[in-house]
Amino acid sequence: MNSKLKQIQKQIVESQIWKSIFRHGMPDDTRTRAMVVLSNVFLHLHPVKSREAGIRVGYTWCMGGITFFLFLVEAVTGILLMFYYRPTAEYAYSDIIALREHVPLGIMRELHRWGAHAMVIAVWLHMFRVFMTGSYKPPREFNWGIGVVLLVLTLLLSFTGYLLPWDQLAIWAIAVGSNMARATPFLGHEGPGASLLKIGDMNLVHAGDDARFGLLAGRMISEATLLRFYVLHCIFIPFVASILMAIHFWRVRKDGGISGPM
Amino acid sequence: MDIKEELKPPQDSVVVEDSYHMVTRRGFVSWLTVGWGAFAGATAIMGAAFQRFLFPNVLREPPQEFKIGFPNDFLEGVVDLRMQDKYGIWVVRGFDPATSQTGIYVLSVICTHLGCTPTWLESEAKFKCPCHGSGFYKTGINFEGPAPRPLERFRVVLAEDGQVQVDKGKKFQYEKGEWTQPEAFLKV
Repeated sequence: MNSKLKQIQKQIVESQIWKSIFRHGMPDDTRTRAMVVLSNVFLHLHPVKSREAGIRVGYTWCMGGITFFLFLVEAVTGILLMFYYRPTAEYAYSDIIALREHVPLGIMRELHRWGAHAMVIAVWLHMFRVFMTGSYKPPREFNWGIGVVLLVLTLLLSFTGYLLPWDQLAIWAIAVGSNMARATPFLGHEGPGASLLKIGDMNLVHAGDDARFGLLAGRMISEATLLRFYVLHCIFIPFVASILMAIHFWRVRKDGGISGPM
Repeated sequence: MDIKEELKPPQDSVVVEDSYHMVTRRGFVSWLTVGWGAFAGATAIMGAAFQRFLFPNVLREPPQEFKIGFPNDFLEGVVDLRMQDKYGIWVVRGFDPATSQTGIYVLSVICTHLGCTPTWLESEAKFKCPCHGSGFYKTGINFEGPAPRPLERFRVVLAEDGQVQVDKGKKFQYEKGEWTQPEAFLKV
Protein backbone atom coordinates (compact mmCIF):
# COMPACT_ATOMS: atom_id res chain seq x y z
CA MET A 1 0.00 0.00 0.00
CA ASN A 2 2.74 2.41 1.05
CA SER A 3 4.83 1.54 -1.95
CA LYS A 4 1.79 2.10 -4.16
CA LEU A 5 1.43 5.66 -2.80
CA LYS A 6 5.15 6.26 -3.28
CA GLN A 7 4.82 5.13 -6.86
CA ILE A 8 1.93 7.55 -7.50
CA GLN A 9 3.90 10.37 -5.90
CA LYS A 10 6.88 9.50 -8.08
CA GLN A 11 4.67 9.52 -11.18
CA ILE A 12 3.28 12.96 -10.33
CA VAL A 13 6.62 14.53 -9.44
CA GLU A 14 8.26 13.17 -12.58
CA SER A 15 5.42 14.15 -14.89
CA GLN A 16 5.99 16.83 -17.50
CA ILE A 17 3.33 19.09 -15.96
CA TRP A 18 4.94 19.04 -12.51
CA LYS A 19 8.42 19.58 -13.90
CA SER A 20 7.25 22.45 -16.08
CA ILE A 21 5.99 24.27 -12.97
CA PHE A 22 8.65 23.37 -10.39
CA ARG A 23 12.19 23.62 -11.71
CA HIS A 24 13.72 22.18 -8.55
CA GLY A 25 13.44 19.08 -6.39
CA MET A 26 11.95 18.83 -2.94
CA PRO A 27 13.45 21.60 -0.76
CA ASP A 28 15.31 19.27 1.57
CA ASP A 29 18.75 20.87 1.34
CA THR A 30 20.07 24.43 1.51
CA ARG A 31 20.65 24.75 -2.21
CA THR A 32 17.16 23.65 -3.23
CA ARG A 33 15.61 25.86 -0.56
CA ALA A 34 17.43 28.81 -2.09
CA MET A 35 16.23 27.65 -5.52
CA VAL A 36 12.62 27.69 -4.28
CA VAL A 37 12.93 31.39 -3.46
CA LEU A 38 14.98 32.35 -6.51
CA SER A 39 12.82 30.61 -9.10
CA ASN A 40 9.50 32.03 -7.84
CA VAL A 41 8.47 35.43 -9.15
CA PHE A 42 6.75 36.37 -5.90
CA LEU A 43 9.24 34.88 -3.45
CA HIS A 44 12.29 36.27 -5.24
CA LEU A 45 11.41 39.75 -3.95
CA HIS A 46 12.05 38.30 -0.53
CA PRO A 47 15.51 37.60 0.87
CA VAL A 48 16.65 34.02 0.31
CA LYS A 49 17.58 33.77 3.93
CA SER A 50 16.17 35.66 6.89
CA ARG A 51 18.16 36.45 9.97
CA GLU A 52 16.85 35.09 13.20
CA ALA A 53 16.23 38.63 14.44
CA GLY A 54 14.25 39.32 11.29
CA ILE A 55 11.55 36.90 12.32
CA ARG A 56 11.58 37.89 15.97
CA VAL A 57 8.18 39.49 16.51
CA GLY A 58 9.47 41.41 19.52
CA TYR A 59 11.91 43.19 17.19
CA THR A 60 9.90 43.75 13.98
CA TRP A 61 6.34 43.55 15.39
CA CYS A 62 5.69 42.04 11.93
CA MET A 63 4.08 45.37 11.11
CA GLY A 64 5.35 45.52 7.53
CA GLY A 65 4.03 42.04 6.91
CA ILE A 66 0.71 42.87 8.57
CA THR A 67 0.43 46.01 6.43
CA PHE A 68 0.98 43.95 3.29
CA PHE A 69 -1.53 41.36 4.47
CA LEU A 70 -4.10 44.12 5.08
CA PHE A 71 -3.40 45.51 1.60
CA LEU A 72 -4.26 42.08 0.19
CA VAL A 73 -7.43 42.01 2.32
CA GLU A 74 -8.38 45.43 0.95
CA ALA A 75 -7.69 44.30 -2.63
CA VAL A 76 -9.82 41.16 -2.31
CA THR A 77 -12.77 42.75 -0.46
CA GLY A 78 -12.51 45.85 -2.64
CA ILE A 79 -12.76 43.86 -5.87
CA LEU A 80 -15.80 42.07 -4.45
CA LEU A 81 -17.45 45.41 -3.56
CA MET A 82 -16.82 46.67 -7.10
CA PHE A 83 -19.21 44.02 -8.42
CA TYR A 84 -22.10 45.92 -6.79
CA TYR A 85 -21.06 49.54 -6.37
CA ARG A 86 -21.79 52.13 -9.09
CA PRO A 87 -19.97 55.47 -8.73
CA THR A 88 -22.84 57.74 -9.78
CA ALA A 89 -24.79 60.27 -7.76
CA GLU A 90 -27.98 58.33 -8.43
CA TYR A 91 -26.80 54.90 -7.28
CA ALA A 92 -23.74 55.29 -5.05
CA TYR A 93 -25.52 55.71 -1.71
CA SER A 94 -28.24 53.12 -2.40
CA ASP A 95 -25.60 50.64 -3.57
CA ILE A 96 -23.77 51.11 -0.28
CA ILE A 97 -27.01 50.39 1.59
CA ALA A 98 -27.68 47.43 -0.70
CA LEU A 99 -24.23 46.04 0.06
CA ARG A 100 -25.34 45.82 3.66
CA GLU A 101 -28.99 44.86 3.25
CA HIS A 102 -29.44 43.01 -0.05
CA VAL A 103 -26.15 41.27 -0.62
CA PRO A 104 -25.08 38.05 1.14
CA LEU A 105 -22.29 38.69 3.66
CA GLY A 106 -23.25 42.29 4.30
CA ILE A 107 -20.17 42.49 6.48
CA MET A 108 -17.96 42.71 3.37
CA ARG A 109 -17.97 46.51 3.26
CA GLU A 110 -17.28 46.63 6.98
CA LEU A 111 -14.32 44.28 6.48
CA HIS A 112 -13.04 46.68 3.83
CA ARG A 113 -13.51 49.64 6.17
CA TRP A 114 -11.99 47.96 9.22
CA GLY A 115 -9.11 46.74 7.08
CA ALA A 116 -8.51 50.30 5.92
CA HIS A 117 -8.39 51.63 9.49
CA ALA A 118 -6.14 48.77 10.56
CA MET A 119 -3.83 49.35 7.59
CA VAL A 120 -3.32 53.01 8.49
CA ILE A 121 -2.52 52.03 12.08
CA ALA A 122 -0.19 49.23 10.96
CA VAL A 123 1.67 51.54 8.56
CA TRP A 124 2.29 54.06 11.33
CA LEU A 125 3.45 51.35 13.74
CA HIS A 126 5.73 49.91 11.03
CA MET A 127 7.23 53.34 10.49
CA PHE A 128 7.61 53.82 14.23
CA ARG A 129 9.41 50.47 14.57
CA VAL A 130 11.72 51.25 11.64
CA PHE A 131 12.51 54.61 13.21
CA MET A 132 13.10 53.28 16.71
CA THR A 133 15.38 50.47 15.48
CA GLY A 134 17.31 52.91 13.29
CA SER A 135 16.51 50.85 10.21
CA TYR A 136 16.25 53.99 8.07
CA LYS A 137 20.02 54.48 8.23
CA PRO A 138 22.41 53.65 5.37
CA PRO A 139 22.16 51.53 3.31
CA ARG A 140 18.40 51.69 3.82
CA GLU A 141 17.77 55.44 3.30
CA PHE A 142 16.28 54.94 -0.16
CA ASN A 143 13.83 52.34 1.12
CA TRP A 144 12.77 54.72 3.89
CA GLY A 145 11.96 57.24 1.13
CA ILE A 146 9.89 54.66 -0.75
CA GLY A 147 8.16 53.87 2.54
CA VAL A 148 7.23 57.50 3.12
CA VAL A 149 5.62 57.62 -0.34
CA LEU A 150 3.75 54.39 0.49
CA LEU A 151 2.53 56.00 3.72
CA VAL A 152 1.15 58.95 1.75
CA LEU A 153 -0.50 56.58 -0.75
CA THR A 154 -2.10 54.64 2.13
CA LEU A 155 -3.54 57.87 3.53
CA LEU A 156 -4.73 58.91 0.06
CA LEU A 157 -6.43 55.52 -0.37
CA SER A 158 -8.32 56.17 2.85
CA PHE A 159 -9.13 59.72 1.77
CA THR A 160 -10.45 58.77 -1.68
CA GLY A 161 -12.40 55.85 -0.24
CA TYR A 162 -14.06 58.19 2.24
CA LEU A 163 -16.13 59.91 -0.47
CA LEU A 164 -17.52 56.76 -2.07
CA PRO A 165 -20.46 56.12 0.35
CA TRP A 166 -21.77 59.51 -0.91
CA ASP A 167 -23.52 60.41 2.33
CA GLN A 168 -23.35 63.67 4.29
CA LEU A 169 -20.30 62.53 6.26
CA ALA A 170 -18.49 61.66 3.02
CA ILE A 171 -19.29 64.90 1.22
CA TRP A 172 -18.39 67.20 4.11
CA ALA A 173 -15.28 65.24 4.99
CA ILE A 174 -14.04 65.64 1.41
CA ALA A 175 -15.16 69.29 1.38
CA VAL A 176 -13.00 69.93 4.43
CA GLY A 177 -10.13 67.73 3.26
CA SER A 178 -9.93 69.03 -0.28
CA ASN A 179 -9.90 72.62 1.00
CA MET A 180 -6.33 71.97 2.03
CA ALA A 181 -5.48 71.83 -1.68
CA ARG A 182 -6.54 75.50 -1.93
CA ALA A 183 -3.44 76.35 0.10
CA THR A 184 -0.95 74.45 -2.09
CA PRO A 185 2.02 76.75 -2.78
CA PHE A 186 1.67 78.22 -6.29
CA LEU A 187 -0.83 75.53 -7.36
CA GLY A 188 -3.73 76.39 -5.02
CA HIS A 189 -5.61 79.64 -5.55
CA GLU A 190 -5.32 80.60 -1.88
CA GLY A 191 -1.82 79.26 -1.45
CA PRO A 192 1.38 81.26 -1.01
CA GLY A 193 2.77 82.53 -4.28
CA ALA A 194 -0.41 81.96 -6.28
CA SER A 195 -1.17 85.69 -6.34
CA LEU A 196 2.24 86.30 -7.93
CA LEU A 197 1.33 84.24 -10.99
CA LYS A 198 -0.63 86.72 -13.05
CA ILE A 199 -0.56 88.32 -16.46
CA GLY A 200 -1.54 91.95 -16.07
CA ASP A 201 -4.74 91.88 -14.06
CA MET A 202 -5.55 88.23 -14.82
CA ASN A 203 -4.76 85.59 -12.22
CA LEU A 204 -3.26 82.43 -13.72
CA VAL A 205 -4.16 80.36 -10.66
CA HIS A 206 -7.81 80.73 -9.66
CA ALA A 207 -10.64 78.56 -8.33
CA GLY A 208 -11.29 77.29 -11.87
CA ASP A 209 -7.88 75.79 -12.61
CA ASP A 210 -5.97 75.15 -9.39
CA ALA A 211 -4.93 71.93 -7.62
CA ARG A 212 -8.27 71.60 -5.85
CA PHE A 213 -10.10 71.98 -9.16
CA GLY A 214 -8.02 69.16 -10.62
CA LEU A 215 -8.77 66.97 -7.62
CA LEU A 216 -12.52 67.63 -7.60
CA ALA A 217 -12.99 67.99 -11.38
CA GLY A 218 -14.84 71.24 -10.64
CA ARG A 219 -15.16 74.12 -8.21
CA MET A 220 -17.37 72.03 -5.96
CA ILE A 221 -17.88 68.36 -5.11
CA SER A 222 -20.07 66.79 -7.79
CA GLU A 223 -20.67 63.52 -9.58
CA ALA A 224 -17.46 64.16 -11.52
CA THR A 225 -15.61 64.19 -8.18
CA LEU A 226 -17.17 60.88 -7.21
CA LEU A 227 -16.00 59.26 -10.45
CA ARG A 228 -12.54 60.78 -10.14
CA PHE A 229 -12.12 59.56 -6.56
CA TYR A 230 -13.46 56.13 -7.54
CA VAL A 231 -10.85 55.73 -10.28
CA LEU A 232 -8.10 57.00 -7.99
CA HIS A 233 -9.24 54.67 -5.22
CA CYS A 234 -9.73 51.49 -7.26
CA ILE A 235 -7.13 51.75 -10.03
CA PHE A 236 -4.57 54.51 -9.88
CA ILE A 237 -3.36 54.53 -6.28
CA PRO A 238 -3.37 50.72 -5.81
CA PHE A 239 -1.47 50.40 -9.11
CA VAL A 240 1.24 52.84 -8.05
CA ALA A 241 1.34 51.38 -4.54
CA SER A 242 1.78 47.85 -5.90
CA ILE A 243 4.80 48.88 -7.96
CA LEU A 244 6.32 50.74 -5.02
CA MET A 245 5.67 47.79 -2.70
CA ALA A 246 7.54 45.49 -5.08
CA ILE A 247 10.47 47.92 -5.03
CA HIS A 248 10.18 48.22 -1.23
CA PHE A 249 10.38 44.46 -0.67
CA TRP A 250 13.12 44.06 -3.28
CA ARG A 251 15.18 46.75 -1.59
CA VAL A 252 14.78 45.04 1.80
CA ARG A 253 16.51 42.07 0.19
CA LYS A 254 19.13 44.13 -1.63
CA ASP A 255 19.98 46.26 1.40
CA GLY A 256 20.91 43.23 3.45
CA GLY A 257 17.62 41.76 4.58
CA ILE A 258 15.50 42.81 7.50
CA SER A 259 17.68 44.80 9.87
CA GLY A 260 18.69 43.16 13.10
CA PRO A 261 19.90 44.30 16.49
CA MET A 262 23.50 45.46 16.53
CA MET B 1 53.92 29.67 -55.11
CA ASP B 2 55.79 30.92 -52.12
CA ILE B 3 54.30 30.12 -48.76
CA LYS B 4 54.86 33.68 -47.52
CA GLU B 5 53.05 35.00 -50.51
CA GLU B 6 50.12 32.81 -49.69
CA LEU B 7 49.81 34.18 -46.15
CA LYS B 8 49.36 37.73 -47.32
CA PRO B 9 45.78 38.82 -47.29
CA PRO B 10 44.24 39.01 -50.74
CA GLN B 11 44.14 42.53 -52.07
CA ASP B 12 40.38 42.67 -52.62
CA SER B 13 39.59 42.12 -48.90
CA VAL B 14 40.90 45.54 -47.85
CA VAL B 15 38.04 47.49 -46.25
CA VAL B 16 37.40 50.73 -48.05
CA GLU B 17 36.00 53.24 -45.58
CA ASP B 18 32.80 54.81 -46.81
CA SER B 19 32.92 58.01 -44.85
CA TYR B 20 29.37 58.94 -45.85
CA HIS B 21 27.61 55.83 -44.54
CA MET B 22 30.00 55.16 -41.73
CA VAL B 23 28.69 55.88 -38.22
CA THR B 24 31.61 56.90 -36.08
CA ARG B 25 31.74 56.41 -32.33
CA ARG B 26 31.40 60.16 -31.73
CA GLY B 27 28.63 60.46 -34.26
CA PHE B 28 26.75 57.64 -32.62
CA VAL B 29 26.95 59.35 -29.24
CA SER B 30 25.64 62.63 -30.63
CA TRP B 31 22.80 60.84 -32.42
CA LEU B 32 22.07 59.09 -29.15
CA THR B 33 21.87 62.47 -27.45
CA VAL B 34 19.46 63.71 -30.11
CA GLY B 35 17.42 60.54 -29.72
CA TRP B 36 17.20 60.80 -25.95
CA GLY B 37 16.42 64.50 -26.23
CA ALA B 38 13.57 63.74 -28.62
CA PHE B 39 12.31 61.01 -26.31
CA ALA B 40 12.45 63.31 -23.28
CA GLY B 41 10.65 66.03 -25.24
CA ALA B 42 7.93 63.65 -26.40
CA THR B 43 7.50 62.35 -22.86
CA ALA B 44 7.24 65.90 -21.50
CA ILE B 45 4.60 66.81 -24.11
CA MET B 46 2.68 63.65 -23.31
CA GLY B 47 2.88 64.37 -19.59
CA ALA B 48 1.58 67.88 -20.14
CA ALA B 49 -1.23 66.50 -22.31
CA PHE B 50 -2.19 63.96 -19.63
CA GLN B 51 -2.25 66.75 -17.07
CA ARG B 52 -4.40 68.96 -19.29
CA PHE B 53 -6.74 66.00 -19.88
CA LEU B 54 -7.74 66.15 -16.20
CA PHE B 55 -9.10 69.71 -16.54
CA PRO B 56 -12.39 69.59 -18.51
CA ASN B 57 -13.45 72.45 -20.78
CA VAL B 58 -17.14 72.23 -19.93
CA LEU B 59 -18.43 72.09 -16.36
CA ARG B 60 -21.90 71.07 -15.28
CA GLU B 61 -21.88 73.81 -12.68
CA PRO B 62 -24.00 76.94 -12.38
CA PRO B 63 -22.26 79.98 -13.94
CA GLN B 64 -19.97 82.16 -11.85
CA GLU B 65 -21.70 85.34 -13.04
CA PHE B 66 -25.48 85.49 -13.02
CA LYS B 67 -28.56 87.65 -12.40
CA ILE B 68 -30.69 87.02 -9.34
CA GLY B 69 -33.71 89.29 -9.91
CA PHE B 70 -34.67 92.90 -9.25
CA PRO B 71 -33.71 94.72 -6.04
CA ASN B 72 -37.34 94.83 -4.95
CA ASP B 73 -37.50 91.01 -5.07
CA PHE B 74 -35.50 91.09 -1.84
CA LEU B 75 -37.21 92.07 1.38
CA GLU B 76 -35.74 94.61 3.77
CA GLY B 77 -33.84 93.00 6.64
CA VAL B 78 -34.24 89.44 5.39
CA VAL B 79 -31.49 86.90 4.74
CA ASP B 80 -32.50 85.40 1.40
CA LEU B 81 -31.72 81.68 1.30
CA ARG B 82 -33.23 80.95 -2.13
CA MET B 83 -29.90 81.05 -3.95
CA GLN B 84 -28.04 78.91 -1.38
CA ASP B 85 -28.31 75.52 -3.07
CA LYS B 86 -27.96 76.58 -6.69
CA TYR B 87 -25.38 79.38 -6.52
CA GLY B 88 -23.88 79.07 -3.06
CA ILE B 89 -24.77 82.62 -1.96
CA TRP B 90 -26.89 84.41 0.63
CA VAL B 91 -28.40 87.73 -0.37
CA VAL B 92 -29.08 90.26 2.39
CA ARG B 93 -30.89 93.56 1.94
CA GLY B 94 -30.99 96.31 4.55
CA PHE B 95 -28.64 98.37 6.68
CA ASP B 96 -25.15 96.88 6.90
CA PRO B 97 -23.44 97.81 10.20
CA ALA B 98 -20.09 96.56 8.88
CA THR B 99 -19.92 99.26 6.20
CA SER B 100 -22.63 101.66 7.46
CA GLN B 101 -24.47 101.50 4.16
CA THR B 102 -27.99 100.53 3.16
CA GLY B 103 -28.55 98.18 0.26
CA ILE B 104 -27.76 94.65 -0.91
CA TYR B 105 -24.73 92.51 -0.22
CA VAL B 106 -23.99 88.94 -1.22
CA LEU B 107 -22.32 86.49 1.17
CA SER B 108 -20.48 83.28 0.31
CA VAL B 109 -21.99 80.22 1.98
CA ILE B 110 -18.54 78.70 2.54
CA CYS B 111 -17.45 78.71 6.19
CA THR B 112 -14.03 80.31 6.52
CA HIS B 113 -12.90 77.60 8.93
CA LEU B 114 -12.83 74.45 6.79
CA GLY B 115 -15.41 75.03 4.06
CA CYS B 116 -18.70 73.55 5.25
CA THR B 117 -22.02 75.36 4.70
CA PRO B 118 -23.41 77.14 7.78
CA THR B 119 -27.15 77.32 8.46
CA TRP B 120 -29.06 80.58 8.92
CA LEU B 121 -30.82 80.49 12.29
CA GLU B 122 -33.56 83.11 12.10
CA SER B 123 -34.42 83.07 15.82
CA GLU B 124 -30.81 83.62 16.85
CA ALA B 125 -30.04 85.88 13.88
CA LYS B 126 -26.80 84.13 13.04
CA PHE B 127 -25.17 81.73 10.60
CA LYS B 128 -24.14 78.58 12.46
CA CYS B 129 -21.78 76.03 10.93
CA PRO B 130 -22.78 72.41 11.68
CA CYS B 131 -19.23 71.07 11.27
CA HIS B 132 -17.33 72.80 14.06
CA GLY B 133 -19.73 75.39 15.45
CA SER B 134 -18.48 78.64 13.93
CA GLY B 135 -21.00 81.48 14.17
CA PHE B 136 -21.36 84.57 11.96
CA TYR B 137 -23.56 87.64 12.26
CA LYS B 138 -25.91 88.66 9.48
CA THR B 139 -23.11 90.86 8.15
CA GLY B 140 -20.89 87.80 7.77
CA ILE B 141 -18.56 88.76 10.60
CA ASN B 142 -17.46 85.83 12.74
CA PHE B 143 -18.03 85.97 16.47
CA GLU B 144 -17.83 82.38 17.81
CA GLY B 145 -16.22 79.07 17.04
CA PRO B 146 -12.99 78.34 15.18
CA ALA B 147 -13.61 80.44 12.04
CA PRO B 148 -10.60 82.74 11.69
CA ARG B 149 -12.19 85.47 9.54
CA PRO B 150 -15.56 86.75 8.31
CA LEU B 151 -17.47 85.21 5.43
CA GLU B 152 -16.49 86.47 1.99
CA ARG B 153 -18.69 88.78 -0.05
CA PHE B 154 -19.08 88.66 -3.83
CA ARG B 155 -19.19 91.41 -6.42
CA VAL B 156 -22.73 92.71 -6.76
CA VAL B 157 -23.81 95.31 -9.34
CA LEU B 158 -26.93 96.45 -11.13
CA ALA B 159 -27.17 95.07 -14.68
CA GLU B 160 -28.42 97.21 -17.57
CA ASP B 161 -31.88 95.67 -17.38
CA GLY B 162 -32.15 96.69 -13.72
CA GLN B 163 -31.54 93.23 -12.28
CA VAL B 164 -29.04 92.47 -9.55
CA GLN B 165 -25.98 90.80 -11.02
CA VAL B 166 -23.59 88.70 -8.92
CA ASP B 167 -20.06 87.71 -9.90
CA LYS B 168 -18.53 84.94 -7.80
CA GLY B 169 -15.24 85.35 -9.64
CA LYS B 170 -14.55 88.53 -7.66
CA LYS B 171 -14.58 88.24 -3.88
CA PHE B 172 -14.17 90.85 -1.17
CA GLN B 173 -12.62 90.05 2.23
CA TYR B 174 -13.40 92.09 5.32
CA GLU B 175 -9.99 91.58 6.92
CA LYS B 176 -8.37 93.14 3.86
CA GLY B 177 -10.68 96.15 4.10
CA GLU B 178 -12.31 95.26 0.79
CA TRP B 179 -15.95 95.46 1.88
CA THR B 180 -15.95 99.22 1.44
CA GLN B 181 -14.99 98.94 -2.23
CA PRO B 182 -17.75 100.11 -4.59
CA GLU B 183 -18.76 96.78 -6.12
CA ALA B 184 -18.73 94.87 -2.82
CA PHE B 185 -22.03 96.52 -1.94
CA LEU B 186 -25.05 97.58 -3.96
CA LYS B 187 -26.63 100.75 -2.65
CA VAL B 188 -30.36 100.70 -3.19
